[in-house]
Parts: sequence; structure tokens; C-alpha cells
Amino acid sequence: MTSMSDTTSRARAVIVGAGIVGNSLACHLARLGWRDLILADKGPMPNPGGSTGHASNFIFPVDYSKMMTQLTDDSTRQYKELGVFTESGGIEIARTDNRRQELRRRASAATAWGVPHRLLSPEEVQELVPYVDTEFIMEGLYFPTVGVVDSLRAGTLMREEAQASGALEVRANTEILGIDLSEDLKSVRAVRTSSGTIETEVVAICCGVWSPRIAQMAGASIPLTPIVHQMISVGPIELFADTLGEISYPIIRDMDTNMYERQHGGDMEVGSYAHRPIIVRPDEIPSIEQSVLSPTEMPFTQEDFDPQLEEALELMPSLLGNEKAGVRYAINGLISMTPDGHPVLGETPEVKGLWSVAASWIKEGPGIARAVAQWMNGDVPDIDLHEADIARFYPHQRTRDHVTARARESFNKMYGIVHPMEQWESQRPTRRSPVFEQEWGLGAVFFETVGWERPYWYDGNDELLEKYSDQVVVRNGEWESRWWSPIISAEHLAMREHCGLVDLSAFVVFDITGPGALDVLQALCVAQMNVAVGRVIYTSLLDERGGFKSDLTIMRLGTQWFRVVTGGSTGMTEKKWFADHLPEDGSAQLSDLTSAWTTFGLWGPRARDVLQACTDDDVTNEGFAFGTCRTIELGGVRVLASRISYVGELGWEIYVPIEEGAIVWDTLFQAGQEHGLIPVGIGVYATTGRLEKGYRAFGNELTADYNLVEAGMARPTVKKANFVGREAYLAQREQDPVARLCTLTVDDHRSSSGTLRYMLGGEPVLSLDGELLVDEKGRPSYVTSAGSGPSVGQHILLAYLPVANAQQGTKLQVEYLGERYPVTVAIVGSTPLFDPENERVRS
Amino acid sequence: MNVLVCIKRVAMVGARIVVTPDGQEIDTKQLGFTVSPHEECAVEEAVRIVERLGGTVSVLTLGPSEASEQLRDAAAIGATHLVHLKTDGREFDPIATAQAIVEVVHQLEAVSGTYDLILFGNEAPDTGDYQVGIRVAHSLDRPCVTGVKNLEVAETSARARREFRGGDELFELDLPCVLTVKEGINLPRYPSLPGRMRAKKAVIEEFEPVWQASLVVKEGLRVPNVTRERAEILGTGVDAVPALLALLEQIGVLS
Repeated sequence: MTSMSDTTSRARAVIVGAGIVGNSLACHLARLGWRDLILADKGPMPNPGGSTGHASNFIFPVDYSKMMTQLTDDSTRQYKELGVFTESGGIEIARTDNRRQELRRRASAATAWGVPHRLLSPEEVQELVPYVDTEFIMEGLYFPTVGVVDSLRAGTLMREEAQASGALEVRANTEILGIDLSEDLKSVRAVRTSSGTIETEVVAICCGVWSPRIAQMAGASIPLTPIVHQMISVGPIELFADTLGEISYPIIRDMDTNMYERQHGGDMEVGSYAHRPIIVRPDEIPSIEQSVLSPTEMPFTQEDFDPQLEEALELMPSLLGNEKAGVRYAINGLISMTPDGHPVLGETPEVKGLWSVAASWIKEGPGIARAVAQWMNGDVPDIDLHEADIARFYPHQRTRDHVTARARESFNKMYGIVHPMEQWESQRPTRRSPVFEQEWGLGAVFFETVGWERPYWYDGNDELLEKYSDQVVVRNGEWESRWWSPIISAEHLAMREHCGLVDLSAFVVFDITGPGALDVLQALCVAQMNVAVGRVIYTSLLDERGGFKSDLTIMRLGTQWFRVVTGGSTGMTEKKWFADHLPEDGSAQLSDLTSAWTTFGLWGPRARDVLQACTDDDVTNEGFAFGTCRTIELGGVRVLASRISYVGELGWEIYVPIEEGAIVWDTLFQAGQEHGLIPVGIGVYATTGRLEKGYRAFGNELTADYNLVEAGMARPTVKKANFVGREAYLAQREQDPVARLCTLTVDDHRSSSGTLRYMLGGEPVLSLDGELLVDEKGRPSYVTSAGSGPSVGQHILLAYLPVANAQQGTKLQVEYLGERYPVTVAIVGSTPLFDPENERVRS
Repeated sequence: MNVLVCIKRVAMVGARIVVTPDGQEIDTKQLGFTVSPHEECAVEEAVRIVERLGGTVSVLTLGPSEASEQLRDAAAIGATHLVHLKTDGREFDPIATAQAIVEVVHQLEAVSGTYDLILFGNEAPDTGDYQVGIRVAHSLDRPCVTGVKNLEVAETSARARREFRGGDELFELDLPCVLTVKEGINLPRYPSLPGRMRAKKAVIEEFEPVWQASLVVKEGLRVPNVTRERAEILGTGVDAVPALLALLEQIGVLS
């Protein structure tokens, strides 16, 4: 008798893991016409023992992230189509004043994403959920479209659909033993399993908490960690005895206690994110045979849950306090956590053909699967996944220490009130600029970006507050003054008056070189890249549909030598995009020089005086024009100076070998003293300076959902050379846009209580009669960026508005923390509020 | 009616048991802990008796400090008095265990009177010695019935039934007595949330039992090789008959 393991088969793709994600992915690939798919899981069907099997299976439709909201929305639609969705409604409860404000903020997000919701008084909560004690409720936020799903059934139906279409073979009880790579170790060749070897070029890892283990077999990393989420099930509940189906009462999220209570048939499930973070290493998860329940239902640790019992009891005393209702099921359920809370999706940067489809909740599973299937198929996913792209992680973010530290830190924030600028405490500092010590001495307040410690403002600049007291707005609202300082505005004004020095060490720098370099860049960039050596080009990169993929600057340093500079938060994804488009013949190479170069921005009317004081090279406007770059000598160091600006001032980005960064900083700083130079933080660079100039930021204004025409960035002509997205872009130019990016200013900041309030971004834009603005493509209008404009004396908001509303002078409203504020469309298109003729940068 | 139930903390194992590298213990790194189903039933039985007749349910365990978890589990379903014979982690054999329990029972009974009923699980779920209940009964000079699957308790007597060689044996005993019970005597309840809250606050009376060397020395643990049996489908319906007959002949059950 021949053993199964001797057989070799072939597959177009092997999907590993038959939870909600793997089953959905198989189904969506089949729907896209993929054949010869194999779905393998080491466990039995239909519940192989992963996290899907113990999920609480409820779906709340709102997240601050647009991507997550869209993924949840698509998943819900799919669950409904499969007939496994039951609408129950859900209520988030506030026990504190801070939480009431947070509920209003969530309500605004719900408005922005078009999700039905209503604030409830404690009595109204009790009308819907008769078993809560109103004494502990200050307010509720009701989402009528919350529901529960049968995720195992959904997975089974999707798997069976793919099988029935002849596209899928399912291998249960099949363990992955190894992943074989091509000779150059760069792509997938085969998967070795306990039921034989499968030759394939594509492997999709949909293994939830086990994903890092599978990726490791191919030398790749999936930065997530299993972490415990405790859940108990209490029953029988007398009140539920006569209810039909799985759920009849709205799900309660008791936000301030980090818990939820959800009817499940005759039982009440109580889940908690309040207990200590319990991290389990992927290789410590017990095997199926070792497990009493399943590998991801680990033994319950009572003492961790004990403190929560009291809180659950006080909210639902009669129901949970009934002596006849017992704890029938209690687990330490394993779920996946990532360093930034987002899923980990896409082809791994290490290995071609190895895809990660990991760290998904039930509420996103089918949506993620559909989007990733489109991506695997070579299409642009319908939902912009850049926030979840596995390529986003830097090496340090893939380390075990980082992943566990951040998971530990974020676990108890699951239901937390998390400010959009809230800083991490763990794993800091990791990446220090060469002038970290100098900045520390100047009173820098450091914020972290992808491991870099960046001064957001300098407390040492506080004396400027007095000097600019008539222009600096002080914020009295607690929420918008968190993680913020009026010093940012003072630094801004001082830079506009004299000049500032900005540490830009978080920049990602990579060179594209070789005879094929120009072709690579031409094929990706919207802007003409065949320019003279020494030119600096700001360009967008598009996807095939003409949505934004990236925006960055490129310096041509030689005929076959280009330097790409981009922001830290998106740099790794962009690096993969470029690397993926390098020619196979090796005629162009990419080298990552991020750790070789540090960058300083020197900007302001006196920038030239400072620079000239440090160099004998000609830095006059005639000798060093805007949009050019070249190497100059600066106090004994050769640096690459590039005359561009993201803050709308005369000045340069100065690229310095990292070990010479400190001396160059010191030289400029010293020379700048007589010209009024001050250190300026990222608060100015990323917000106030940028917004006064109407500069668009990737991820805020520039996303896959919008295009160059809508963003007001279309140039008079389009280059002849073909580039990704060119066809789509040409078509966009032929049509009138249905939305346009506008600059809005706030007419009255006064809240009902008389406090002046300042929006932070993400707020919905409403008509004067309170209707959410939605364009013809169904895209809602929301504030993409918000911040002070100290030189223009305005609080500046950017938002895409439907063309009908995109008229200068149009009066509209934005909703912030539950209140509405009047705003006016100040500018349609890209003309800046400050220095509209752009004279300063060219002076 | 005062009832004492003796329980033992043991690892909750799945289908496959992993032994520590030194071969001396079960590897419990990923395991939860529990008591045996027999003992869960013993606690439940005690709680039911006291609910009917009034009195107290004491639960006693001999084990490491973590064994207090199992005492609190018992408190969550109704035990009122918790007694912990706290060991330093060394294993007590059945003789040492029984002696330690008897000593503490003497001390407790001196204060609050004789236990009408002392209940054990039929056997320890890990070592399976089947001894401690009988040894305790013998030392205390009280009647004992093992393997009890049905129990009726009155003020001064008990009727205990057990399965024996296809039939039932019925015993009538005077109280006080010792009984070891088997799973199936009742269906234990789940702990309620208020029960859990009471358990959290319950006071545990602690004793330090004296360890003594065992007469039987453990060499080590070994997980026997379990060959996974595979089922083979011989056929369906009438078509299966020839293959079935052939097989029955092969194993020699046809004459």
C-alpha cells in the first residue's frame, strides 16, 4: 500500500487554514476563475480548532479606520447573502463623562461612514435591554444594524461553493511540514504536507494565530502574536428561555469595563478585554491532541476574570445574579494581535507568491478575503488596503520583542479611549536620529513614527509663546489639547518670520540605479522623470485604476541614478512597490539607504543666509534654483542639498551621511543664531505648515479612493511614456470630477457650553440642514486633515466635497464630538491659503 | 448534617499527554487544572444533601498552594468551609495522604463535631490508587462503601447503591460513615456568578501535613504508544456481506 505522503500534486494556489478567512479566500479566488486550488488545515472540518471556532461572532459596524469600516461593511453584506446574519442591534455604554464624549466621537465617525446610530438615555437603554441596571449607565450609543453571524456555517458554505464549482480540493487533517522555495530563495515552489507535496507558486497563509509559524517555514515573518481573550458563557437564563433563535436582545458593550455581554441562545456570553495581557508564543499553542477543547480554547484562568465578575453583575444584577444560571463554558480564547492593531495582508516582502491573510476578526474576514483575492488576481482591491499591507513593517517591528510589547500595551485599549495622536510607551526609543542628544537638550517632546523618535515640538521654544501671543491660539478643549502644544504654532510663526531647522531623519531613502533605472521610474511615476541631472521631482504614483498609491520626491543624481525619498510611515510599502517593478534582467537595482542618510529641513525667509554662512558654494536663487539639488560643502562635510519645501518656505532639505549628522546640525544651528533660527518640530512640518499650503498627504487626502483630478493635482499635460494608472488617469481627465478636494475654514468654534473647539480630522461634513454630503460615487465627505493655520489665523480643514458643494463661499457644517460647527469653503482645488502665488519657495 | 468532601487537584489533559523531559511528571505548562468527575459529583452530592437536610459542606484538599483554586471552585457551587492541607509540592502517596487527612479530621471534629458523612471520589484521576477513602474509613473506624452511584441520606443513616457484576448492591449504613462515589450519581451544577463571588471571598483554613516517604518509588512516567486504529469501509448494504463474512471467519468467530 502506498502512503499518501508519497504523492505529489499541483495547485494554482494552496490556502493554508480553514477558518473564516481561508474558506472565504478559496471561495473568492474560485469566483475570480481560479482553478486547482487546495485548502489544507491540520484540523478536522468544519471546525479545525482555530479562533473562528470560539469567536463570539458579533459585528459592530463602526471603526475610526475607514478601511476597517469598509471591510466590516463588505463582510456583513456577504454574511447576509449567505443567510447567516441575524440583526440584533448593539449598544455601547458610557459609565463616565470621558466615555460620553468618546461615544459622541464614535457617533461622528458613524455619521461619516453612513452607519445608523442613536444616542440613548439610560432609560432608553433599559427599554431595549430590560435587564440592565440604569444606575451604572450615563448614556448609550445604539447601533441598530449590529448583528451576529454563524461564521463556521459561513465558512462551510463558501468552501462548499468553491468545491461545487470544481475549483477547490479540501484537505482536512493535513499538516504543513514545510514550504520549498526556488533556487534563489525568492519565490514559492512547493508546499510539503502530511498528505504529500503540492507544487505551487502561490501560498496564502490564513492561519490566524499560527500564521507566524507557517511564514517562518519560508523564511518570512508575519508580525502578530496570539493573545488571550477571556470569555464565559452563563446559563440557562430564564428570560431567554422563550426567545427564538440565537439572539433577541441588543448586544451590550460595557466600554468602561472593557467587557461585552451578548445573548447566545439560552446563555449570556460575557467577554473581557480587561484582564492582564496574556501573551502566548505561536510555538506554545498546544496541538489538537493535547487540547481538552481546541488549541485556541486554552484553560480558563479564573483569577484573571474574577475582577470583571463584579462589574458584569452590577450592570445585569437580576440576570447574571440568578443562582440558577451557571458558568457553563469558560475559556482563555486565543486571538491575533498585531503591533498596530491592523490586519496583516498581502504578499510578503521576503518571498514572492507567499501571501499573508492574517489577523482578521470575524467582522472583517469575508471582506478581507474578497479584497485580497482581487489583489492576488492582479487587480486593484475594491477596498484600499494600504493600512493593512504586510510590507509596511520595518525589521524592528517584526521582532518578537516589539510585537509582544505592543500587543501587551494595546490589549487593554481594545475598548479604550484612544486619542488619534496617542503615543506608545513600550519599545522606545528604538531609532534615534544622530541629533537625538541635541534635541533632548532643546526640550524636544518626542513622538514616535515607525520607531523613530521625532521632536513634535520643543518645550525649549516656550518663550516664543509670549512673542506671538496675539497669533497663537490656545486650545481650551481637553481632547484637542491632548498630544498638542501651542508651541507648535509659535514655532510655525517663528519659522515663517526667520527660519527653522527640522529633523527629518524618519525619511526613507532608496536609490534606483542602472541602465534600466529611468524606465523603472517612468513606468511608475506620473511626473516626467526624464529630466536633467540635478532636478528634484515631486510625483504621484498611481494604481491601475488611477487611485493614489504613493506620493514622493525623486532626485536625479546621474543619468542612471535616481534617489527616491519618502515618508517613514509608508516607506516600506513603497520600497516593495518599486522592487516589484524592477526589470528581471537586472538592469536596475534598488538599494535602501535609509540607515545611511539623515535629513534636515532648513526653511524660512532667512534660510539662505544661514546656509550661505556655512558654505562657499553658491546658494543664491540664480545659483541654486527651486526644484534642483546638488552636493555642497557644509562646514567640512559634503551634503546633498535639495531645494524643495513641504512648509512653503525658501529652503533646503539637506541629506547628510548619518555619522556626520550631528556636526552638520551643530554647524547650521550655530550659524543660524544670528538669523533667528530655531529648532522646529514635526507638528509644523506635518500639520500647520503643510495645511496652510494645502499640501496633500498620502493616506489622508491621497488614497486609492480618489484621483489626481479630484485632488486638484492634475497637470496641464500627461507625459507620453506609459506608467501604471496612465489610462485610468487619461479617462479621469476627460470627465468632470464628481468630487473636489477643498480647503474649509471654521466660522465659529464655540460649542454649546461656550468652549472654543478645534477639529482634529475625520469629522463628517454636513449640509446646513444636517445631511451628510455624499458624492455621486457614494463617497461620504469627511475631514481628511485638520489643523491650525497660525499665519492665516484660521483652523484649516481639508475635505473632498461633491461638486455641487465645492463652490467657494459655500456654507456647510462639520460634526465634532456630537456638536455641529459652521464652516465655509475657502478654496476649491490646490491653491494655498498662505502665499497663494508660491512666491516664498521661489524667492 | 455535616458533610466533608475530599478532592484532589489534577491536570486537565487532552487526548495526548506530554511528560516532562525528566520523565517524572506530566508537563502542565499548557494545561488547566481540575478535580475528577467523581469528585465533582461528590461535592454536588454533598451540597444537595445539605440543601435538603441543612448543615454544612466542608471541602478538603491535600495539595500545593495552587490547589486553593479547586477549593474555591467547590465553594462556588455551595461548599461553606474550605480546608487546605498545603504541601510543598512533593507527592503524597495514598498512605501519607490518608494519614494526613485523618489527623486533620480529628482536629476539625474536635472543634465542630463529627462529620456525619465523609465523601471521596471513587479513585484519584491521575494515580488511580483507589485507596485513600478506604484507608481513612479504616483509621476512623467508620463503615465504608465504595463506587456509590446512588445515595439516600436520612438523619442517622444512609442507603448507598453501587453497580456490581451486572447488578446493583444496596448497603444500609449508620452515620457517620465514609463513601466513595462515582460519576453519574448526579449531574453537577455549574457555578453561578454570585457563587463565584462568594468563592473569591471564602476563607480557607490551612494545615501543614507531614510528608513521608512512600513505600512505592516512582521510576518515571511513560506515555504508551497508542497505535491509531483506522476504520476501513468494507462496503455498503448487501454488497458488504461477503467481505464481512470473510472477516468474521478470519478472526475465528464463525464455526
